[in-house]
Amino acid sequence: MTTIDHLNPPTGHMADNVVGFARALRAAGIPVGPGAVIDALNALQAIEIGNRADVYATLEAIFVKRHEHMLIFAQAFDLFFRAAEDWKHMLDSVPLPDHAKKKPPPASRRVQEALAQPSARDEAPQVQEQELRLSVSDKEILQKKDFAQMSAAEIAEVTRAIANMKLPQAELRTRRYQPDAKGLRLDMRRTLRSSLRTGGEIIDIRKLGRIEKPAPIVALLDISGSMSEYTRLFLHFLHAITDARKRVSVFLFGTRLTNVTRALRARDPDEALASCSSSVEDWAGGTRIATSLHSFNKLWGRRVLGQGAIVLLISDGLEREADARLAFEMDRLHRSCRRLIWLNPLLRYSAFEAKAQGIKMMLPHVDEFRPVHNLTSMEGLIAALSAPPPPHHRSLIRSAA
Amino acid sequence: MTASALPKSVDGMLELLTSRGYLAERSLATVAYLSLRMGRPLFLEGEAGVGKTEIAKVLSAALGRKLIRLQCYEGLDVASAVYEWSSAAQMIAIRLAEAAGDTDREQLSSDIFAERFLIKRPLLQALEPDVAGAPVLLIDELDRADEAFEAYLLEILSDFQVTIPEFGTIKAPQPPIVIITSNRTREIHDALKRRCLYHWVDYPEAERELAIVKSRVPGISAKLSQQVVRFVQALRDQDFYKSPGVAETIDWATALTELDARSLTPQMVGDTLGALLKYQDDIARMQGDTLQKVLKEATSDN
Repeated sequence: MTTIDHLNPPTGHMADNVVGFARALRAAGIPVGPGAVIDALNALQAIEIGNRADVYATLEAIFVKRHEHMLIFAQAFDLFFRAAEDWKHMLDSVPLPDHAKKKPPPASRRVQEALAQPSARDEAPQVQEQELRLSVSDKEILQKKDFAQMSAAEIAEVTRAIANMKLPQAELRTRRYQPDAKGLRLDMRRTLRSSLRTGGEIIDIRKLGRIEKPAPIVALLDISGSMSEYTRLFLHFLHAITDARKRVSVFLFGTRLTNVTRALRARDPDEALASCSSSVEDWAGGTRIATSLHSFNKLWGRRVLGQGAIVLLISDGLEREADARLAFEMDRLHRSCRRLIWLNPLLRYSAFEAKAQGIKMMLPHVDEFRPVHNLTSMEGLIAALSAPPPPHHRSLIRSAA
Repeated sequence: MTASALPKSVDGMLELLTSRGYLAERSLATVAYLSLRMGRPLFLEGEAGVGKTEIAKVLSAALGRKLIRLQCYEGLDVASAVYEWSSAAQMIAIRLAEAAGDTDREQLSSDIFAERFLIKRPLLQALEPDVAGAPVLLIDELDRADEAFEAYLLEILSDFQVTIPEFGTIKAPQPPIVIITSNRTREIHDALKRRCLYHWVDYPEAERELAIVKSRVPGISAKLSQQVVRFVQALRDQDFYKSPGVAETIDWATALTELDARSLTPQMVGDTLGALLKYQDDIARMQGDTLQKVLKEATSDN
């Protein structure tokens, strides 16, 4: 073990060093609050500072609160404390978040566009007019029109409709209780308290009922080339869900799996979608469903499916390397969630037959197989999410297949 | 139980843990030491079976403190985690007061919400003073409790006090040593983690794991223990749904010594694989060639 006194460079300002390091971590994307810096300074006084490994473990325990950040921390620590002598110089090159370099968020770009000359985007004002002019029959057409065949204006209209969709809020009974006059469990504590008002005579009996809350939703969205006409709208749909609910996780997959849950949490849909697309590397590329499902099952399955989650698998199922692995991973996914709903835009064709090898492999392992290609089918999905699963849904699948 | 003094350095902490048979990585000893020094809860995350819960048990034994364990589960609420009123006893008290002709309602309500009717659950017990010093509070598998309970913990962990509406506020004279574990079946909120020292407990390296096996399974032969550890380490490189943890290694080594095994044979491994792998898919993958290959690696002499 090396005993280099990295934290006491010739200048000898430990506090400055830790503050500088915290700033570097913040710039690298680890959220480090001022409280943590004070903690770190206290902690460093508690250990022998000569030992680099101990300093590492100490700072890590305080600055890192998520497993994912450990690698960033390790790299930052190495860089920062290797060059501890000229750390001040180093800080100059670290891009600090509050300095102007930050690019404007997409929302403001939209504002700029809105303020700019209409020549650049002349359909934008038309949207407004069209909305005013939408008659009942127009709306009906829009309801049934395939997303893939919509004009930009229609898509804008649909996006608005999606944002207004209301999701069911309570469909999962938890094991926690709350006061409820129609409940089945006796609330002795409140009953006794109220009995004191009548000198110990129990007149009204208080009850407890189970708390109901929305089931977690996990969406796996295929963003490969063949799905490209749908992905943007589905992302709008998922953003609307994420906005309305607490426990929604969204993953995108093409050739590899990306978790975009945090990106979608941004309030503004455009900002959310932009940050979503910047975190994905394989946009509109090929599909490797089996590989993506494998990494989902292995890395995320246990973490996001634990509390009775409903899985929405949005994919056309057009997989080139369809083999036993695909069936195996689908089966694993199916067994670890409460309900697996496969949403497939290909189902819009009335003559759809499950001929593709991938689709055949996947079908036996889903609870429901639904089309999603227009507003009506999306509303149907929302209705289905609030209803209990149909009793014979498996036979439905077989007839579809 | 006699209370031992808290360790005075990271090395002291390492010694303390080793004296009770817990062979910790230095980084883990560092954060454990810091959590004692700074009075902060220690948040341990990692795969199942890497010794997260064990460290709480070892700390309580080594420091001579009482261990209070709160096992989390979905639906865990204040009544089963913190306190509850004994309504049956309260009812009897009311009837007795009636029989004695007491009609003073004020008096009655202060009588029946007295401490003797309070049933103390783990979190409240942990706030009570103890002659041996503040207890070790183990909040095990917090990821299994729901978010509502996690939010409740925030108050307890920052102020070490509980407010009971009918009774008043109970504050710990000396904060307990808190250890929180999570298997990461869901993400714990940052607000809670911020109040703790965080440490990711990883699988041990071969050398340390060998030492752990030798100390935990005393009767094991040197050859077998080496093969067991090499085999398990090789398994962790495989792409399994659930890799075996240290707990599984110890189980397996114990199982093998119970069967009087001298060294690993395909037959022996096949029969006892269930001690290591807990998913049928993983066991199925370990048949035939893969098993032969891993076994050959583990038993080759070098």
